[in-house]
Order: sequence, then C-alpha cells, then structure tokens
Amino acid sequence: MSSQFDLRIVPRLVLALAGAVVVAWIAYKGLQDGRIFWIVTLNGITLAALFFVVSAGFTLIFGLMRVVNMAHGSLYLLAGYIAFTIQTNNYGVSSNLLSGNPASFTSWIVPLVIATSVIGVVGVLMQQVFLRWNQGQDLRQALITIAISVILADQMVAHFGGIAESIQQPAAWPDSVQLFGVRYGFFRLVVVVGAALAIGALLFLVIKRTRFGMIIRAGVDDRAMVSALGVNIQLVFAGAFFIGALLAGLAGSLGGTMIAVQPGNDSAFLLDSLIVVIIGGMGSLGGAAIGSIALGLVNSYADVYLKFGTTDLTNYAILLTFVLVVAMLAVRPLGLFGRPA
Amino acid sequence: VSTASSVIAGPGPRSRSSRIPQWVALGVLVIFLAGAPSVVDSFTLSQILTKALWLGIAAASLIFLSSYGGMISLGQTGIFAVAGFTMANLVHAEGGKNLGWDPLAATAAGILVATAFGLMCGAIAARSYGIYFLMITLAISVIVFYFFAQVTTLSGYGGIRSVTPPPLIGNPVLNPLPLYYTSLVASIAVYTGIRYLARTPFGLALQGIRDDPARMQALGFNVALHRALAFGVGAFVASIAGILSVWYTTQVSPGGVNVAMTINILIIAVVGGLYRLEGAWIGALVFSLIDNYSRVWLPNVGDWLGPERFETVIGVIFLVIVLASPGGLVGIWESVWARRNRAMRGPAEGSGTVAEVVDEAVEPHAV
Repeated sequence: MSSQFDLRIVPRLVLALAGAVVVAWIAYKGLQDGRIFWIVTLNGITLAALFFVVSAGFTLIFGLMRVVNMAHGSLYLLAGYIAFTIQTNNYGVSSNLLSGNPASFTSWIVPLVIATSVIGVVGVLMQQVFLRWNQGQDLRQALITIAISVILADQMVAHFGGIAESIQQPAAWPDSVQLFGVRYGFFRLVVVVGAALAIGALLFLVIKRTRFGMIIRAGVDDRAMVSALGVNIQLVFAGAFFIGALLAGLAGSLGGTMIAVQPGNDSAFLLDSLIVVIIGGMGSLGGAAIGSIALGLVNSYADVYLKFGTTDLTNYAILLTFVLVVAMLAVRPLGLFGRPA
Repeated sequence: VSTASSVIAGPGPRSRSSRIPQWVALGVLVIFLAGAPSVVDSFTLSQILTKALWLGIAAASLIFLSSYGGMISLGQTGIFAVAGFTMANLVHAEGGKNLGWDPLAATAAGILVATAFGLMCGAIAARSYGIYFLMITLAISVIVFYFFAQVTTLSGYGGIRSVTPPPLIGNPVLNPLPLYYTSLVASIAVYTGIRYLARTPFGLALQGIRDDPARMQALGFNVALHRALAFGVGAFVASIAGILSVWYTTQVSPGGVNVAMTINILIIAVVGGLYRLEGAWIGALVFSLIDNYSRVWLPNVGDWLGPERFETVIGVIFLVIVLASPGGLVGIWESVWARRNRAMRGPAEGSGTVAEVVDEAVEPHAV
C-alpha cells in the first residue's frame, strides 16, 4: 500500500484506442447513409447549443465564486414555466388553434425576456440572502442550493402541475430549413444555435475585452488580491451570479420552446451541466463549449448508432455518457481546462 | 486549513470517561428498540421504525464517508439501486429477468455486485475532492437511475414488483416483525462495524487522509487507494440498505432511486449530523416522522403548503439546518451540551464543538 505506482499511461492508451474504434464505427455508419448521419449530427449540435447556454452560466458562477449552484437546473425549469405561463395567460397563445391564438414574435420574445430577467433577479436574491454570508464554505453553499432546488421543484409541481407543456414559437417563423440536402427544424438550428453562438461570442468579448471581464478573470485567479486592490468584489460576485442565472433563464425559455417544460427537467439539466463542466473543467468557457459538443454528440450518436446487426443497444446509450465522464476523469481529474481550486 | 491536532482524532474529540455512558446509552436504546414492537402498533412499527432503520443505514454509508473520509458522496443512491435491482432481477418477481434464484443467494449477489460497482466508482472518484467529488458521485447516481429506467430487460420505468423475500422475512405487510428485527440487527451491525473500522489502521489512515491528504501522501500512504477502498466500504453499507428497502416495499423501481431519493438520503444525513454516525438514524427517524405525519396535519395555504407538500417541508427543514447548524441535530445537541459544560467549568476551558472542528477538516484541501 505504500508504493505509489504510476499507471496513468495505461488509461490514455486504452482511451485512444477506444476513441479510434468509435470514430471508425461512426464513419462507417455515416458513409452507409449520409442523410441520417447529417441529421443525427445536427441533433447533437443543436442539443449541444442548448447545453452550452445552460452550462456557461453554471461554469461562470463556479469559476469566479467557487459556488456549485445545484439549483441551476431549477432556475432553468422555472424560467420555462414563467415564460409558458405569460405566453398562455397574457397572450392567450395555445398549441390548440381552436381555443387560442397562434404565437406572434411579440408573444414569444416578451415572455422570454421577462422570464430571463426574473430568473436573473431570483439568482441574485438567492446569492445575497443565502450564499453571501457563507463565502468560502463551498460544500455548505452546495447544500444550501440543493435545499433551494428541493423546495423549488416541489413548489413548481404545486403551481404548474405535472404535465409537459411547451412554449410556442412565432407562427410566422418557418418550421424547417433546407441544409445540405436535408430539412431540419428552423428553431433548433437557427434560433438555438444562433443564440448559443451569440452568447459564446458575447461572453468571450466581455471577459477578454471589458473591465468587468478583466476583474472576473483576476477574481478567478486570486479573489483576495482583487479585493485588496479596491475592487468591490461583492458587486462583482452579484453581477456574476446575475449573468449566470440569466443564462439559465434564457436556456430554460429556449429549451421550453425547443423541447418541453416538464417536471424532472431541472435535475436532467443540472446533470447535463455537471457532465459538461466535468468534461470541460469547472470555470472554463471554452471547456463548457467543448464539453457541450461532446455530450450532445455522444447523446445523439448513441441513440442511433448503437445498433450492431440485429442487437439493439440504444437503450444503453446513457452508459456512454458515463463512459465519457469516466474516461475524462481517468486522464484529467479536473477536466480539460480545469485548474485546482 | 487543517490543524495538526485534528489528525488521527476520531470524528469527535471525546475523552475516555465520556465513552462509557455513551455505550450504556446505546445499550439502553437497543433494548428499548428490541421491545418496541410490544408497545407501538404495527403501522407505526412498519411505517416509522423499520423505515427509519433502513433509511438510517443508507444515510450511515454517507456519514461514514463524510465523517471519516471527508468525502460527501451523492452516489450512495446509485449503489443502493444496483444492489436492489440485482437482487430483484435474480429472484422470482413480476418484471425484470425473473431468474428464480434462492432469495438469500440473490441477496449475497446483490451486495457483491453493488460493492464491486462501488469500488469501481471509488476508483474513478478517489482522485477528486470536495465539490468535484460531490458532482461526480451525483453523476453516478443519476446515470444509474437512467440506466434502470431505460434498460427494459432489467427494469424499465415500471420497475420490478412482487419481489420474493427470503422465508425468514416473509410478507412484511402481513407480519412486519421479522423485517423490523432484521433491520435492527443490520443497523447495529453497521454501527458497531463502522465504529470498529474507524480504529483499525485502515480507519486511522483514512482519517489522516481526511485531515491532510498531502501529508499522508508524503508519509507514504496511497491516498487514492485508501479513498477508493473507503468508498467500497460505504458501498457495502449502502447495498445492505438497498436490499432492505426492496424487502420493505417488495418492489423496486427507478422512481425510488431518482435524484429526489439521492437528495433525501443527503437530507437525512445532514439533518442528523454529517459528522456523527448516530446522526444517520436520528435524521432518518425525523424524516420518516415528517414523511408520515405531514400528510395528516399540514394545513392548506394556497398552493404553497398542504398535505401534498412534504418535499417543501423537508426542504425548508434541510435549509434551516444547513444554515443554522452544520453538525445537524446531533451538532445542536452537542453545542448545547458544550455550552452547559463551559458554563459550569468557567469560560477558559471552552473549545470548538465537534461539528466546527470537523467542518474545517471536510473542506477540500489543495493537493
């Protein structure tokens, strides 16, 4: 037990081999039917776009404040419900055209903006009321956010019921677009991917080019020093939490239109954010992007390509996610771009 | 963060003299629990006491890891589920593989498979600390949930019903006594087993690693191996709870091992006290009491509160405990006790409560 043997080279070799086999298998299936391959890839990329918007907020909050916001998924779901409720109650929009109006651009964007801002404010309140005075105790903060997520999940069931709903996209928008010979959902491909790219670019610019971003980067490296230099670090923390929650809210509104709003989405998207940042490394935006793409592609390829002859293993797709996490941790315990706390 | 004095201290710095009354209290408690069936009705016995005992074992596996290993794991539910589903698939049941094994052999197999799975998860997670460890183990639980929900040959969303218990247990609905005593014996075995393990060289090394992994590494201990093995021990304990839970409900379904269950076990551990083993069963008792009676007396307050809103109540209690006392109910008891002693002895002798000392130790270390 006393010797510390180094076997780290073994997992790397195994992983490289396994990765090569997987890529070869997907390439083989892709060459067989290029159309399906392309649709499956687009599924993965659009899913990845949504994952990125959710996990960017998660990783931003962690990077700066070392707070793992376990209520992030709850904020995501709450935003979806708020947007859905406003769209239904205030604009009379319904998927059933006999009893309600079709959605216009206004009746889609206004609920989205309101829901997103409300969630941003909820995030700041949560940070100010519960987390601020526990700074530095990261496990305790995680437990506090878990408690909040338990309460929120139960209250959402009480107020919004257990039925899956979905936010209607503007009726004027096309249902699908033509891309490389296949028709693909307009909202998923153009709106969600576009939003993810815009947010990625915006966050990159804010973090690399503005004074606020400079303070955030410095804060990630050394909070105490930034504070000592006269920066109001509490204000920066509140700002970061606002942006992080805002992103969860935006993702919830987008995801509610793209997929659905239903109980259980909160833990599902918390898990997705966790996996993304475990792969990419906590606190890194680039890591979140790469982690999202990896998770999105693995999810969608596994759903279709886990068929070998007559053996259908697509039910086991979830295990591949596990393998992905295990593989990353075996090689890099802190994820691709993670740094020790 | 850590102090030299806390290395190789048990989960609580208690003097030798205070240890004897503790064992006496434990003995009295066991005698009381053994006689409980003649005092309480069978509904209370089954719905409160038996449930509290197996939930307590599940929480004890978490508290063992947090108090002795400094690892707060959310993976216990996943392991709990693997044990339950393995056992349920092997015996006669509606759904699943229905292989018709002898229930006791299936139980042993369930515990074995879950412990092996736990060791594997431990090997994966052992190099991560604090919050990273929490997230990785949460991912393990959630993935196990999705696995059993999606793989219809092993379970599917409906789960496995009418699982055959061993003849020793019989039908727990008709006669709750055998399962109650089995759970009681299992709880005592788990409690004393963990207390014993904590004093073995392995247990002491584990506590050293909890307090200062870097120092233990420098002393020549294989830190990752110790942590992985400890996770395996925790998995063994969790698998016992998993088996008991299947006997208790005679069925197992993914709905019983979802994130809510993961959180419930964490809540039980935190409410009882993350750093004291006894807290597991205290938390579990409080949990099952609230679980049962909140559905009766909780008033309707708009949509916010009512008989259906058990999760809200338990969530608020959890929040209050986390905010007010990191040591849980046991921690509150101890700080009251310490304050009383301090008042009697004078202020000079006062020292931090157990929870304060260990809370510091459980914070992740830079390695």
